[in-house]
Amino acid sequence: MSNIPNELRYTKSHEWVRRNEDGTLTVGITDHAQGLLGDLVFVETPEAEDTFSSGDDCAVIESVKAASDVYCPVDGEVIEGNEVLGDAPETINHDAYGDGWIFKIQPEDDGAFNELMDSDEYAEIIAED
Amino acid sequence: MKNTPLHDLHVSLNARMVDFGGWDMPINYGSQIDEHHIIRKDAGMFDVSHMTIVDMKGDNVKAFLQKLLANDVAKLKDAGKALYSCMLNEDGGVIDDLITYYINDTFYRTVVNASTREKDLAWITKQAEAFGVEVTERDDYAMIAVQGPNARAKAHKALGDDAEEKLGDMKPFFIRDYGNMSVARTGYTGEDGYEIMLPEKEASGLWTKLLEAEVKPCGLGARDTLRLEAGMNLYGSDMDETISPLECGLNWTIGWEPAERDFIGRAAITKQKEAGVKRKLVGLVLEGKGVIRNHQKVMVNGNEIGEVTSGSFSPTLSQAIAFARVAKEVGDTCQIEMRGKRIDARVVKIPFVRNGKSCL
Repeated sequence: MSNIPNELRYTKSHEWVRRNEDGTLTVGITDHAQGLLGDLVFVETPEAEDTFSSGDDCAVIESVKAASDVYCPVDGEVIEGNEVLGDAPETINHDAYGDGWIFKIQPEDDGAFNELMDSDEYAEIIAED
Repeated sequence: MKNTPLHDLHVSLNARMVDFGGWDMPINYGSQIDEHHIIRKDAGMFDVSHMTIVDMKGDNVKAFLQKLLANDVAKLKDAGKALYSCMLNEDGGVIDDLITYYINDTFYRTVVNASTREKDLAWITKQAEAFGVEVTERDDYAMIAVQGPNARAKAHKALGDDAEEKLGDMKPFFIRDYGNMSVARTGYTGEDGYEIMLPEKEASGLWTKLLEAEVKPCGLGARDTLRLEAGMNLYGSDMDETISPLECGLNWTIGWEPAERDFIGRAAITKQKEAGVKRKLVGLVLEGKGVIRNHQKVMVNGNEIGEVTSGSFSPTLSQAIAFARVAKEVGDTCQIEMRGKRIDARVVKIPFVRNGKSCL
């Protein structure tokens, strides 16, 4: 069974979102998603000041098996991409919700976080997969 | 979906299971990269019970196989010796690639791919009629491949007290009976090791003993990256019925001599050879970041010259590698069209890795 922390929000495309104290959001891919992809070997993160709308592809992750886009969960401006992933993409496999975060973003709308799925709704999504 | 006799053990080992040509098979037991390294450095095992074992018996079995196969079983002079070959159709296309073991003058055993089982059995049985050869699928057998530099020593421990004595002197590419098992010193990884064929009911017992001997279970994900590094073709990706052995790097498996041996497909590939083969299979190593995928286009000076047939990430080399079928005039460099970009790649000789070491 996949790990789905209660305090996070989720998307149908398997991103997780954490709200930080300063109002920024941290984004990664879920434990379920990393399990499906298998060993990650290459991650291309977005750069600071890149702006995206919700649903835009904003990062690429490649496993031995497949390449996959990461979609931006909210409208906003990127603050930072996780540089660790350049040399150690497998960090996502080992710690999807911690050190394996992909980017931080300043959302345009503070309410966007609350409109995302909660852990129960995401659990239902992956149960259907 | 079909299950092998080891299915429940895979599930209990937390394998991630996938549909592999109608079989529910383990793709990995956690990390396919770790499993890959274990086989390059120590010893791992694969359940390959989905593969099809076919026994062929009769007084004319040698003549039959000399007709059926592009390679010549007359090369097999010592009992137990194995031969890799293609089985061609009349147009010279590859119906399947297979291994044939010479047991004795009236008995040969072949192992063919799981994905081509039905058409292979139909083709072999049809061709066998004229030779009075009896063709029997051994679906009562399971098969476990134990591979890696320490694979044989660990397998001997798991097999029994006299295994070292009875199998230790067997040379590569031979098969030998051990009790009610057949043990072949063959594989699909570029490493030393065994492929062990045994009665289905005994498969879980041997698997468990191999685990106790510290042979790590490995999934079909690692099997694919290992064979790619080792320069071994995959049927359905690198060749099929529309591709001749001359276009997929398997020229070396054709037994051209003696000239009078009239194997199926000979006329077609002879004609192709005389006319000049336009495409060949090459190795590619990506210079930039990313992973090469099957069917990506290979470009030179903006012109498409071919297509990737098997692309992946090489855990041993830590970069993306591939086989591609390209125009024979290809030079030392090309570009691969990947996700809308063109990334530089080097054209290299196959294999990429042999006995755990880079060949680049």
